[in-house]
Amino acid sequence: MTDITPADRPVRTATDAVRASIARRKRKQSILKGLGMAAIGFAFLMLAILVGSLLASGYKAFTQTHLTYEVFLDPEEIDPERPDRGDYDDAAEASLANLLGLDGAERADRRAVHDLLSDGAQFQLRDMVLADPALVGRTIEVTVPVADPFDQFAKGLIDRETPERNRRVNDQEIAWFDALDAAGAISQPLNTGLITNADSRFPELAGLKGALIGSAWALLVCFLIAFPLGIGAAIYLEEFAPRNRMSDFIEVNINNLAAVPSVVFGLLALAVFIGWFGMPRSAPFVGGLTLALMTMPTIIIATRAALKAVPPSIREAALGIGASKHQVVFHHVLPLAMPGILTGTIIGLAQALGETAPLLLIGMNAFITSAPSTPFDSATALPTQIFIWADSPERGFVSRTSAAILVLLAFLITMNAIAIFLRSKFERRW
Amino acid sequence: MTGLAFTLLLLAAIAGYVWNRRAASAIRADGTALHSLANYHGLYSALGMAVPVLTVILIWLSLQGVVIDRVVMGGLPDGTLVGMGGGERQLVLAEIQSIAAGQIFGTPEPWKTAAAERLGSLRAASGWLLVAVVAGLAALFLWRARARVAAPFRARHRVEAIVSGLMIFCSVVAILTTGGIIAALLFESLRFFSMVPVSEFLFGANWEPQIPLRADQVAAEGAFGWLPVILGTLVITVVALVVAVPVGLMSAIYLNEFAPRVVRSVAKPVLEVLAGVPTVVYGFFAILVVAPALRDAGTGIGLDVSPNTALAAGGVMGIMLIPFISSFADDALSAVPRALRDGALALGATRAETMLNVLFPAAIPGIVGGVLLAVSRAIGETMIVVMAAGLMARMTINPLDSVTTVTVQIVTLLIGDTSFDNPKTLAAFALGLMLFIVTLAINVLALRIVRKYREAYD
Repeated sequence: MTDITPADRPVRTATDAVRASIARRKRKQSILKGLGMAAIGFAFLMLAILVGSLLASGYKAFTQTHLTYEVFLDPEEIDPERPDRGDYDDAAEASLANLLGLDGAERADRRAVHDLLSDGAQFQLRDMVLADPALVGRTIEVTVPVADPFDQFAKGLIDRETPERNRRVNDQEIAWFDALDAAGAISQPLNTGLITNADSRFPELAGLKGALIGSAWALLVCFLIAFPLGIGAAIYLEEFAPRNRMSDFIEVNINNLAAVPSVVFGLLALAVFIGWFGMPRSAPFVGGLTLALMTMPTIIIATRAALKAVPPSIREAALGIGASKHQVVFHHVLPLAMPGILTGTIIGLAQALGETAPLLLIGMNAFITSAPSTPFDSATALPTQIFIWADSPERGFVSRTSAAILVLLAFLITMNAIAIFLRSKFERRW
Repeated sequence: MTGLAFTLLLLAAIAGYVWNRRAASAIRADGTALHSLANYHGLYSALGMAVPVLTVILIWLSLQGVVIDRVVMGGLPDGTLVGMGGGERQLVLAEIQSIAAGQIFGTPEPWKTAAAERLGSLRAASGWLLVAVVAGLAALFLWRARARVAAPFRARHRVEAIVSGLMIFCSVVAILTTGGIIAALLFESLRFFSMVPVSEFLFGANWEPQIPLRADQVAAEGAFGWLPVILGTLVITVVALVVAVPVGLMSAIYLNEFAPRVVRSVAKPVLEVLAGVPTVVYGFFAILVVAPALRDAGTGIGLDVSPNTALAAGGVMGIMLIPFISSFADDALSAVPRALRDGALALGATRAETMLNVLFPAAIPGIVGGVLLAVSRAIGETMIVVMAAGLMARMTINPLDSVTTVTVQIVTLLIGDTSFDNPKTLAAFALGLMLFIVTLAINVLALRIVRKYREAYD
């Protein structure tokens, strides 16, 4: 196709056409590139918002507002003969009222200072007296947590400027609190209770001890079951199984199990372990068993990959000097594959640690105020504790939930870091 | 007692190992050549004893609770259980068990206390009997194994046979698990469908799983039509895919074709972090940040956004699925043979044109497979929707409304104390069965598409 053009018009050559189209095509390319960068940026941004919002709301739960003051353990309230029956609530409250200069005031006013203190104050006093009954009748200095509204007030989560009726602390209480603060009685130490307390209805007392121990038991059970079973199955399928219908069927099964929704494993555990075998509800043992079934496919797949990575020359050399098939696998191939297997196992366990839905169905979301001492006691796990706290109406649990999530994420990061370390340190490239 | 039984088993295994190994070593020291190393004689004894005895212990433990409960309930004074339904019997049993565990509320009837005492003594008896059986069996097996130690005895072959058997058992556990899932879901669903007709479940447009507390209550029949529930699931899945598919595909295209090595080495681990965040964390993120933000934005432009809007749950689920789709698409793009890419570039196509007109079309089967797997993940995803989606089932496709999903209903129906004799609880299993079937079908389809595509180039 040649255009016959008058000589006075500028000639539009093929080069010009290509040049024009190149600009257009380059523009198209940069649009595509820009979209890609935007997509990556979106993912990064979401991760940043996720982590940022958790940090912003969670860091406050790592400190806890405490009140340090002197309590007179009145023998009239606490019978030295029966210290377990004493009215510690009254003792704690009367001393606080005196400190605030309310000695002569109405009884109702004196009772009002009660709201400043956490319910944990009386239990702390009781435990001190039970440990040393000679304390009755003396004045002791104690450091107790303040009630949740004042904890939030001290952290600036409740605004002083809000109209009084929309505020959870009234003007009088703020005045008292300011007086205590001015006297230097208020402190905000590191919140060790977050790790050392079990769950509680009161946010200022609630901690993760029960959940951490419950998760530890569940993960231990999960490891003890899934690790040997997974390795056994993987070795059989990779090294010994004949290529027939049966092993194909097993393989299809394992791949499908890896994709079954986690809530279905919860249904399995509820119907079979609890319903048919009569295992206890809410027990970390049952949770661990369920998680083991879910983790097994991950371990099998990782183990098979690790076994495949061991070069055939190792097997041939061992066979050549007269080792049996079993000796080849267990004495030579398996030890060489172990770093890969361990890496896969740790990653599988990290997934199991974050798994929530199946644990909900077997009742590991119960409200339990003591840490389990055996895997058969009722307990919660870290993710189910997060779920319980996220569901609680009290404002104080919002930052606790974020803090619990940060603890969970810290565990996951540690486990994954160990896995990466193992991989980089021990993995051999052939 | 159980602990004692296991300790006994462990000690017996060690004893058997040492005993047989010594015996074999003694034969060898006499100058006779053994067929198998002394080590294998020891292992033969330990494994040959431990495997059967452990099986006995596990069977015993799984049956003893049921048997003891039967005996206790059967041994109650005549007439106490007359006229009681299954649920009431369960309650009586639970009360007896808690009395036996030392948690006594009020003053129970004397026959309950007596039954609790019998329960306690039966349990103790069962424990001791177990220990005795373990000790007896262990001694028998060890003695038999010891008697077999001889120079020509093929201990290694026996040990390898036992180990092979154990490994086959390990592999069969996967089949047992699948079988257990199907059996549990089918069995409980069949009980549900004996109370609620299948047609009502499959085609009913009302989902109100209440059960009447009294027989004469009005309007408390409970409706079990799953259509609104599956519709809600689809709405949330679509929202999730609308977020995840474009972002996931675009980032895969960028990482695969355009990204400098440095960006790639940073972006891939970050996406993996996004994939490793537990779903309960995403759920909290949805209620803490996304839902309020959407609601504010909606009020800003004059839209009424429900606090449990499907957009929040679906959007956060989409964020969760981004790495999933991106890594699948990346793999699919990388699997396209190099020749196609080189050919396109040699013809003068820009990299964008190569990507859009050559690589992407060639990778489509793999990408479709990945998207299908993401759909199955979205349908089965539980925690995000339990925390951020609604509870009421409605026939709506408006993503601003609150909708519920299959998994939300399963969890809410089963949370708390559950008994297995009312349609409310059993409905969860019927939903679970549907969930299992749908996700399984999607997974099989996805794997088939991926596999077929792979064959095209190999």
